[in-house]
Amino acid sequence: MNMRIPILKLHDTLLISIQWELDDQTALQFQEDLLHKIHETSARGVVIDFTSIDFIDSFIAKVLGDVISMSKLMGAKVVITGIQPAVAITLIELGIRLEEVMTALDLEKGLEKLQRELGD
Amino acid sequence: MDSSVKIINEWDIVAARQLGRNVAKELGFGTVDQARITTAISELARNIYLYAGQGEITIEKVENGAKRGMTIISRDEGPGIPDLRKVMEDGFSTSGGLGAGLPGVKRLMDEFSIESTPGEGTLIQSVKWLR
Repeated sequence: MNMRIPILKLHDTLLISIQWELDDQTALQFQEDLLHKIHETSARGVVIDFTSIDFIDSFIAKVLGDVISMSKLMGAKVVITGIQPAVAITLIELGIRLEEVMTALDLEKGLEKLQRELGD
Repeated sequence: MDSSVKIINEWDIVAARQLGRNVAKELGFGTVDQARITTAISELARNIYLYAGQGEITIEKVENGAKRGMTIISRDEGPGIPDLRKVMEDGFSTSGGLGAGLPGVKRLMDEFSIESTPGEGTLIQSVKWLR
């Protein structure tokens, strides 16, 4: 059941599209894999797309918030894209705020935002 | 259809929310309410896994006059909660930030009740009505 989330490299950016419901182990494995990949590739930016995800609970939100802070420590900026309306509503009602996090409506806008942030 | 999931390990959390999501879809809940129900079940199941070690999530369809909806029952025979008022405060957590806690679940659902006896366990019932 434990599947790894693929991390793609595009120039100095890493691209991740979460395609299925995350269980705890997959989320934690992803956290580790992403940090290793940043280290390996010297990536400066990361886009994580959630278009296919229909809910995020407090555990996934915590793992996500942590991996964004960890990536920042390693010099990489992270943009979250594709959060569905139902997911945004549920997260705020649950009491979770990812306030320091860069977001964009979709992958395309996320990549544009990242390019501006990275200054090229 | 099986409407109960025993919560013993992390995979059971996934099984419980999948069951809840399927029932919510079947009853005709919209995508936002489906997300609320799935998230509430995930939080309740994780609480069982983290604090009680094991327990059970039961999903039931309910009717009250013209109203239809679904009930999520979370039952465990864990250590219980000594101070219910405290766990219903936002931001209170005994597991280092894991789980947004019960106030979040209460906000996601329409009705919420909790009974807990230290040393005996905890029973949480929450209802979401179809609009």
